[in-house]
Amino acid sequence: MKSQIPDETKTCDVYCNGKFIGTHEKPKELIEELKKLRSQNIISPEVCIAYDKKGKVHIVSDAGRLLRPLIKIKNGQPMLTEEHLEKIKKGEMTWAEIVSRGLIEYMDAAEEENTLVALNETELTNQHTHMEINPFVIFGICANVVPFLNHNMATRVTLGANMSKQGIGMYCSNYGIRADTQRHLLTYAQKPIVKTKGLDMVNYDKRPSGQNFVVAVIAHGGYNMQDALVINKASLERGLGRSVFFRSYKAEERKYPGGQVDLIEVPDKEVRGYRSEECYRYLGDDGIIEPESIVGEDDILIGKTSPPRFLEVIEEFGMSVKHRRESSVNVRTGEGGIIEKVLLSESLDGDKLVKVKMRDPRIPTVGDKFASRHGQKGVIGFIVPQEDAPFTESGIVPDLMLNPHAIPSRMTVGQLLETIGGKVGAMSGRMIDGTAFSGEPEADMRKELEAHGFKSNGKEVIYDGITGERLEAEIFIGVVYYQKLKHMVVDKIRARSRGPVQILTRQPTAGKAREGGLRLGEMEKDCLVGHGAALLLKERLLDESDKTTVPICTQCGLVAVYDKFRDYSYCTICGENVDITFVEMSYAFKLLLDEMKSLCIYPKLLLGEKGGL
Amino acid sequence: MTTEVQKMIEEKNADLPLIVIKKLEKKLESGKLKKKDLGKVMDRVMDVYEKAKIEPGEGVGVLAAQSIGEPGTQMMMRTKHYAGTAMDVTKGLPRLIEIFDARRTPKTPMMTVHLTKEYNTAEKAEALAHSIKETQIRHIAKSLKLDFLKYRIVIDLNKEELKKRGLTPKVLETIIKEKFEKQASLEKDTLIIKAPKKVASVLQKLRGEVLKTHLSGIKGVTYVVIQKEDRNYMVYTQGTNLPDILNVKGIDPKKTKTNDIKEIERVFGIEAARHMLVEETKDTLKDAGLVVDYRHVSLVSDAMCADGAIKAIGRHGISGSKASVLARASFEETVKHLLKASAYGEVDGLKGVVENIIVGQVIALGTGVPELIMKTEEKKSKK
Ligand SMILES: [Zn+2]
Repeated sequence: MKSQIPDETKTCDVYCNGKFIGTHEKPKELIEELKKLRSQNIISPEVCIAYDKKGKVHIVSDAGRLLRPLIKIKNGQPMLTEEHLEKIKKGEMTWAEIVSRGLIEYMDAAEEENTLVALNETELTNQHTHMEINPFVIFGICANVVPFLNHNMATRVTLGANMSKQGIGMYCSNYGIRADTQRHLLTYAQKPIVKTKGLDMVNYDKRPSGQNFVVAVIAHGGYNMQDALVINKASLERGLGRSVFFRSYKAEERKYPGGQVDLIEVPDKEVRGYRSEECYRYLGDDGIIEPESIVGEDDILIGKTSPPRFLEVIEEFGMSVKHRRESSVNVRTGEGGIIEKVLLSESLDGDKLVKVKMRDPRIPTVGDKFASRHGQKGVIGFIVPQEDAPFTESGIVPDLMLNPHAIPSRMTVGQLLETIGGKVGAMSGRMIDGTAFSGEPEADMRKELEAHGFKSNGKEVIYDGITGERLEAEIFIGVVYYQKLKHMVVDKIRARSRGPVQILTRQPTAGKAREGGLRLGEMEKDCLVGHGAALLLKERLLDESDKTTVPICTQCGLVAVYDKFRDYSYCTICGENVDITFVEMSYAFKLLLDEMKSLCIYPKLLLGEKGGL
Repeated sequence: MTTEVQKMIEEKNADLPLIVIKKLEKKLESGKLKKKDLGKVMDRVMDVYEKAKIEPGEGVGVLAAQSIGEPGTQMMMRTKHYAGTAMDVTKGLPRLIEIFDARRTPKTPMMTVHLTKEYNTAEKAEALAHSIKETQIRHIAKSLKLDFLKYRIVIDLNKEELKKRGLTPKVLETIIKEKFEKQASLEKDTLIIKAPKKVASVLQKLRGEVLKTHLSGIKGVTYVVIQKEDRNYMVYTQGTNLPDILNVKGIDPKKTKTNDIKEIERVFGIEAARHMLVEETKDTLKDAGLVVDYRHVSLVSDAMCADGAIKAIGRHGISGSKASVLARASFEETVKHLLKASAYGEVDGLKGVVENIIVGQVIALGTGVPELIMKTEEKKSKK
């Protein structure tokens, strides 16, 4: 607030873009003068003048500050009047003009500290210096995705805003010619019926990321308990929630010192690391896969050979053979699809560059994640055939059945309003404004709904899809904008019985990409211990992991050597005439023993029968 | 005199805890349990008691850890306020951590003072509470000036405050003179204390010393709250000083306690401290609305007090002083523990859980406990 700035001080430091430029005795006068000049457009409106807590004046004009426009208030009255607005509507006045005349000021974070900003006209007092252009601007882009967000709990809005980032949509219109490494695209994206002003500002209508679902708030045979969703099979067949996953692979003909080059070709059988012939079946003569071929995991997309890693490799028979290495690009494990496009180009270094774009259509399946814009997320629990789904009097079958238990504890009243709003919009054939604080009033929507012959509370008589009987309760049904989120089961499903192990520890690898196992972690271990399941614990941690049998010298207690060819064992320290026992242990422990030796610790193993020590 | 129950116990060779026996006796006395049914009831009681016992090989430690740890995740950061006063006490998770970490001093030390029967009235409780509260010079000073010309401190006394705290200028004078001897003098309402050396820094130092001079009450008690619970008046204090409060007349030394467990250990010994650990943990959990079985808490407290001094749970306490080298090394500071163990030539008997998991053996817990023992022919012949 202005009152904080003293009229007179001994010396007040003045900084320009962080540089000390001098002192001033009357900071208030200085600031007011500067702001006056700014409002007259003598100083650029993007310059900010701030008085900080330490009593210093900062004049900033450098780049990188976030600025936001606020309506200037004078004596409790906004300087931007109806007159101005009228002129703007007629086109007699422009935004630039308003700004240059100082009716609207740009604030940065520092200058904002000296202001008192009113949210709307009703709360204006004489103390206020500025007013928001519209109250919804206090929310960011993502929060403004949520319609009627002022009716929701803050945590739900946060959740909804965060989830809208994971929604699949039409992210751009030139997706056909792009070669993104990985990308999801919603096939039939729709504009939301209930939208907000914030959405219009970011052109959400042109790049939407969801569809308008007919949602009934009804339980369905327990298949939608605990946030699961029941979805209509016929809707899916009509294209609801259908998306495409694109992945691009690339290969480059690199040049190596010494004139050696990579070659994009169908690898010869002589090539080192040649995979089975089957893998190369889709490759054309040029070594690149043909478009529209259907590929599965580990299929080769681009055949490529590289020069041998070490020149002049001496083979077993003393002959120097130069075998090229196989370095083809294959489809990732667990993925597959149809080849969409093959791009031939040149890299920056002038090498031949091949990009192959693969498409994988994704029809929603059980386990795919969907969410409304109010933080109400869930996975599909059941896909119900349309003939078994409940229907309304007019024969409408909901696309989605949401469990009523999802509503009360989360208090997402916004979603309920959206349901009614969506229904009104769909019936009247218009968009509904759901902007925070200023959206269409509930009463109006209810009235309009009644005019269309519906109940004003959005409830309808519903008939059981299987028996055809009328349900005793009336069901809340309407249109809600739902987003398909990028977490899909096909990307996550995995299983392993046998598989690769790490070289160092001989324990199973981790992660889906490496065909890894699932970790039995510290806390899971504690659970098995707590249950006293000692043998299960041993099985998980030893037998199914890094079990090894190690020869141990009973004399020195160190790892001995077992010669398999001659089938005899000896100790490298004590020689051959010692008892050597084979001990079962985890390889990680053997590694620990080795590491201790490197620390100059002598880890002597004292052997005995179980429980004998 | 042996009761019916005791006779029956001898007859059936039953092993029942005292509390159960007493309950049975009470029921028998009240007539709810008839004599002819005693045998049947006893059988059932023995059966139930046997089932309630922990079986050999149960992993009680892990169970205790999980049973306290899981509800702990639900606890919030909370401070309890004493009815409209400025005093607050750490509760919830921070307090639980504080207890198990065996901090030297709690974040909000406090005493719960119970009163004897004679003092259990509002006026007497009030008077006692005021006498407990510590008064230092800074509490009764209206203003304090450092006189750098004469190298002395001039304090204007607040007469009202003095009266409120039950002090007279005369009492004050004797206390002051005792501490500062000839340097101090009291003239009407001003207290003058001369610096021993005419150096500015000495005077500055003296200022702090003077302000903190203890006049009356119990050292460390900065705030008192009186509350009536049921029919008893209780005094809660901010700050703790158990040895001193035990000498105050009117308090019930058997019930008066502090939340500073280390102080309990110093004053009453390890058994009291163990008991206090249990009580404090139970109270904290109960306060957060969580139910944890007494046995889990008592096991943890036993583990903390097992070797005569309170040991924290964690690196500096129990986990850091485990018998097994491998168990210690797997916890924290691996190399340090390994090197130390090798220097002393320690032997790991592989008796615990962690060690056996590292090595890859069946742990000696649960299904890992039973073993098959067979007498071989060889041994038989020796007999
Ligand atoms: Zn040896």
